[in-house]
Amino acid sequence: MWEQIRDNQVRSAILVTFMGIVLLLVGAVIGYYFLGDPIAGLVIAALVWGVMNLIALFQGDSIILGMSGAHKVGPDDHPRLYNVVEEMKIASGLQKMPDVYIIDDPALNAFSTGRSPDHASVAITSGLLDKLNRDELQGVIGHEIGHVNNRDIRLMMLASILLGSIVILSWYATRIMFFGGMGGRRGGSSGGGAAQLIILVVGLLLLILAPIFAQLIYFAVSRRREYLADASSALYTRYPDGLASALEKLKDNDTKVQTANKATAPMYISNPFYKGGSAGNDLFATHPPLDDRIHILHAMSGASYADYDKSYKEVEKESVIPASALKETAAVGLREATPGAQAGELQDQLDRTRQTSDMLWRMNNYRSLNCSNCGTLLRLPPSYNQPSVRCPHCGFENQL
Amino acid sequence: MIFGIIILAIVVILIFVFIGIYNGLVGARNGVKNAWAQIDVQLKRRHDLIPNLVETVKGYMEHERGTLEAVTSARNLAQSMSNAGPADRAKAEGDLGSALSRLLAVVENYPNLKANENFLALQEELTSTENKISFSRQFYNDIVLKYNNMIQMFPSNVIAGMGGFQPSEFFEVKATEEREAPKVSFSAPPKTGS
Repeated sequence: MWEQIRDNQVRSAILVTFMGIVLLLVGAVIGYYFLGDPIAGLVIAALVWGVMNLIALFQGDSIILGMSGAHKVGPDDHPRLYNVVEEMKIASGLQKMPDVYIIDDPALNAFSTGRSPDHASVAITSGLLDKLNRDELQGVIGHEIGHVNNRDIRLMMLASILLGSIVILSWYATRIMFFGGMGGRRGGSSGGGAAQLIILVVGLLLLILAPIFAQLIYFAVSRRREYLADASSALYTRYPDGLASALEKLKDNDTKVQTANKATAPMYISNPFYKGGSAGNDLFATHPPLDDRIHILHAMSGASYADYDKSYKEVEKESVIPASALKETAAVGLREATPGAQAGELQDQLDRTRQTSDMLWRMNNYRSLNCSNCGTLLRLPPSYNQPSVRCPHCGFENQL
Repeated sequence: MIFGIIILAIVVILIFVFIGIYNGLVGARNGVKNAWAQIDVQLKRRHDLIPNLVETVKGYMEHERGTLEAVTSARNLAQSMSNAGPADRAKAEGDLGSALSRLLAVVENYPNLKANENFLALQEELTSTENKISFSRQFYNDIVLKYNNMIQMFPSNVIAGMGGFQPSEFFEVKATEEREAPKVSFSAPPKTGS
């Protein structure tokens, strides 16, 4: 995945530079128009640019988490969530445990942010936390840890903060320009009216274009990495169906995330404003259609990047995984679902007991399946090699 | 003169390639050590949890003395092997896993136990620790595969041979093979679409 990591670094650099150029141009225009000196405008713009980047890099995650209304949780506040994040941290080989946040919101969504894998945070809405069973939660957290490990988080965070501030800045600039332009300067006392008019037009254009450009870059960055994070999640959990079934739950729920805005939307695991696959493929969509993502995950025959790529090709007719990750040819098997896993905190103590013991049976290579006639759970020892098994409850012959 | 420069250039390039590969090998070996340390942390945690578990269930399960003793002795054996190699440890941990699952299979016969607060909290810890063991094992085995490939493939195998790099063992937990009829538990079918 080093191509993806380098790609993210290059894009971060381009983003910062591009924002700088736009900002400097706007500064020069404003400086010329209002202060009579483009240099002064340039200097101010450069200062603003520097401060903005520093803030975006070092305070970006706290700003984003703060805006989302997320609060930090520890191992004792929500053991299950914390444990699942730690499990995914271990599976992905991250060095440092990310901070874990919960957003009190009935909507179903999650995101990750931070400036490096060592300074990362994972946030999930309480609505999603209640709706997912352990396998699904693992899939979602695996996706977020995938963003952390693929270094997507810094680019998304910079884009989010820089985009947000550019939009606000140019909104104010437009205001000042309109009211300033209407008022004081109407007389044309300084002469060279034609030249000034051109600058005014260029300046206006810039002010209008700046947020659009910012938006465009932003859209361009986010779609492919959602697929890559899905692939990472499948690899970490060895169970792509878990994430797929979580995405299905996201699809079926239309609640909007209250605290999401344009600047933070692309960070979420699915679009926080609207869901579903309809018209999702157009140029301005921040997220790939959920239907495609679900379909690809379900069609995977193994858990490796190569398996994801194969499955992706059948839907999109092209490759999505970087070449270096495809070179690792070792087959990666899938694991089985945790039987009887239920959503949210397990209320029924019997279910909890059952889940724990099922998990231990599975650790010992026992296979489990549900009788297709009556649903009774059957456990088969690893040495059992008959082609079918008879359910002792209803007598139905289950094929293996 | 020109010939000499070409020779020198080739030698310099070779030295750089050598340094690059050697450092890559050292990095991979440290990666293996680090991944092994992760497994070690999780196994220690498992060993620390078991006395708690046994202590909690002991009062309820008078008739399962044998099962409890099997868990305790498997745990002590596994703990005593904490400095052994991956293969030996994997065997001891596999035995411990089997003993644990036998214990938890009979828990369903003790309704009072299932209502015990302590036991409920322990179960989340136990589930998560088992998951963490299997994820750290998964990560470790991936890293070992990459490292062993480097040691065996040309040209890094030449440098690995000179530097004395040894291939690492995988950590494969194999359950003790038991000849048993299929285990059946009469649980309700899993609820769907909740």
